[in-house]
Amino acid sequence: MSDFARRFLGSRSGMIGLVLLVLLVLMALSADLLYPQDPWRMAGRPNLPPFTEGFLFGTDQLGRDVAAGIVHGARMSLMIGFASSVAAIGVGVVVGAVAGYFSGWVDDVLMRLTEFFQTIPSFMLAIVLVAIFSPSLESIVTAIAVVSWPPIARLVRAEFLSLRQRDFVKAARVGGHSRTNIIVSQILPNALSPVIVMASLMVATAILIESGLSFLGLGDRNFITWGFMIGAGRTMIRHAWWLSAIPGLAIFVTVLALNLFGQGLSDVLNPRLSRSTRT
Amino acid sequence: MKRLLSAAILSVATAIAAQAQDDPQTGGTLNLVVQPEPPTVMLGINRLGPVSYVGSKIYEGLVTFAPDMTPLPKLAKSWDISDDGLTYTFHLQEGVKWHDGEPFTSADVVYSFGEYLPEAFSRTRGVMDRVEEISAPDDRTVVFKLKEPYAAFMIIFDSTGGTIVPKHIYEGTDIFKNPANETPIGTGPFKFDEWSKGRYIHLVRNDEYWQDGRPYLDELYFHIIPDANSRAIAFEQGQVDVLRGGDVENIEVNRLGDMEGVDVTTDGWEFYDPLAIINVNTRHEPLDNPKVRQAISYALDREFMIDAVFGGFGKPAYGPMTERTPYYDPEVLTDYSFDMEKAKALMEESGVEAEGGVYATLDLMPLPYGETWQRHGEYIRQQLKEIGIETNVVSVDVAGWVERTTTGKFDITTNFTYLLGDPAMGVGQTYRSNNQLNRGTAANVDGYENPKVDDLFAEGARTLDPGKRQEIYSEAQKIISADAPVIWSHQMEYPTVYRSKIHDLITTAPGLNEGFADVWIEQ
Repeated sequence: MSDFARRFLGSRSGMIGLVLLVLLVLMALSADLLYPQDPWRMAGRPNLPPFTEGFLFGTDQLGRDVAAGIVHGARMSLMIGFASSVAAIGVGVVVGAVAGYFSGWVDDVLMRLTEFFQTIPSFMLAIVLVAIFSPSLESIVTAIAVVSWPPIARLVRAEFLSLRQRDFVKAARVGGHSRTNIIVSQILPNALSPVIVMASLMVATAILIESGLSFLGLGDRNFITWGFMIGAGRTMIRHAWWLSAIPGLAIFVTVLALNLFGQGLSDVLNPRLSRSTRT
Repeated sequence: MKRLLSAAILSVATAIAAQAQDDPQTGGTLNLVVQPEPPTVMLGINRLGPVSYVGSKIYEGLVTFAPDMTPLPKLAKSWDISDDGLTYTFHLQEGVKWHDGEPFTSADVVYSFGEYLPEAFSRTRGVMDRVEEISAPDDRTVVFKLKEPYAAFMIIFDSTGGTIVPKHIYEGTDIFKNPANETPIGTGPFKFDEWSKGRYIHLVRNDEYWQDGRPYLDELYFHIIPDANSRAIAFEQGQVDVLRGGDVENIEVNRLGDMEGVDVTTDGWEFYDPLAIINVNTRHEPLDNPKVRQAISYALDREFMIDAVFGGFGKPAYGPMTERTPYYDPEVLTDYSFDMEKAKALMEESGVEAEGGVYATLDLMPLPYGETWQRHGEYIRQQLKEIGIETNVVSVDVAGWVERTTTGKFDITTNFTYLLGDPAMGVGQTYRSNNQLNRGTAANVDGYENPKVDDLFAEGARTLDPGKRQEIYSEAQKIISADAPVIWSHQMEYPTVYRSKIHDLITTAPGLNEGFADVWIEQ
């Protein structure tokens, strides 16, 4: 583990990503301390520009504090990003592991199902799902998870297909381990490193999908989110550019942080892969 | 001497310029925007905003209305109303032809009101129930006999409520599926030419229009531009000449209006007379409590809402009518000026129990008509929170909103109604107890029941004497305003942005839903 940490500390992009991410998480966690008031509250005069006294990022059309929205929005964006990624990884790992370990007709059925989901453009499917189940926090997390699991499933399956032929798996089988035991404690730990890398990137994608949904008015209107702020500011863009630009910047920084972090993980966990891509 | 001469030349030149200003010029293309793209332009079967905008150039009614709601001749040259208010005799224009060349006669009017419109349009069907008989003594005369007097009867004869359709095309057919709906045939100043879906609708001059020398314009293009920002840019770049209220965000209107050679007007909505309201379902607790409803009304800063959300267009409304509505009486209304202390006090007095400072948690469903209404809903949500009413925001599409609103599946929703020029037509429908669910979004979806109000509206519709009607409607306004069965947001004002070179664009109460026979462009 210390070896892992040392190598990660040596990865510059990974460290930048990690620091940004920690800052974002801290910001999200301390939202209620930084801005204890409701972010929807009308706090000042409408359309104040950034750096007006008391309003770091200015105010929007209804006089709501943009900075409060950014901080509280971070909580929603990260929460939705992590929750939907965890769900997607859960489904993806189970499907991929079962398909890869058993192969044969089980593999065929599961992979056709995976391809079915992969052939539909994921953002379109997410829109349809949210529209059908009416926009709420749960339906948005579910929709993002539903469109995100197939790549994980395919990745895990590929790992399993190659690992199940290895000697240590054969030894476990001969040693009388149960199938579940072999899958969970023998193969899975060895298949996890690419999954972890992909997961960090998936959080970024999930945040982008959620922002897109909110932008289109399919977010949960009971919570403030960055995508909603951009969508609401869009009609004002010629009068108050910061209403769209600042939450846009927030999404950009978050997604960048996750990507850098993912790159760092990849460097550490798949040294051969990253070296070969570098040359 | 020289100075005198130049002064003379100047004055002559000015006179010529003035002359040029006053005399309509023939020719030219008018570029308009229709949004969203209408499902049809056959005005008889559909009266949604975009359909009415295009269809009113192709089809006509018997009359139109001056801004003060005085009827003006259209397909009817003149009319007589008997003293008892029971017999309406219309004398039709001479030499009117349908766009396919067939002559227009009284038989078309009898068919339109006797068969077509009652099938196609519930509002006209409702009014026609009051009619005992429609007859045509000759080709140019139509007589309506009423069972009892109805003060708002003339209102149904405008082109959008009383569209005159060709009998020779529609008689005996399924009016909704008739293939002729794709190639509309009317009597209006413009004929349907082409509809390039997703791009534009093209109308051309009707050379055989019954009014000599009209229309002045050669053709109309209704451009279909789905995005509000693109519509603003299209106007700035000169691709379109007129923007209707709602085509661009109100906040953009002020910017576009400041451009050189551009005018802005809020005229032309006297007939539709839109009133923004907040429906509160009085079937649900605690909205059945008048004090709670009054508290909500006091909690809204209407001036702020109009300025911040609606770009400064609108006026606060404290009752069921606007200052454009005949028989509006501001004296009798409860003054719901913003007063948060009073709102909180009313909540305390209401007898509704609060748990942890929260009196109730209700669903709030904003009207899904674009961002402006979302901001409006967000503002209302914050103000309700201040007085201890928590809300869950329910987002729905337009179809879902109509379904939930008309079937009473809501707690609070934002909405707007058209008051339609006479309280007997557009106002009463929102408050009469016999007009509740499944009767459109302007009906009494709130479930308000007050026999006194029912009686007053029935009486007002029957009464012809304006003085007596004023008394009746003043009393109705007083009761309704105090009861607050809906929360009135504001009298809506739709700005029309247009190039100054376009003359006589809006001269009547229906505004842009007029036929455009008199519109001309200074070359």
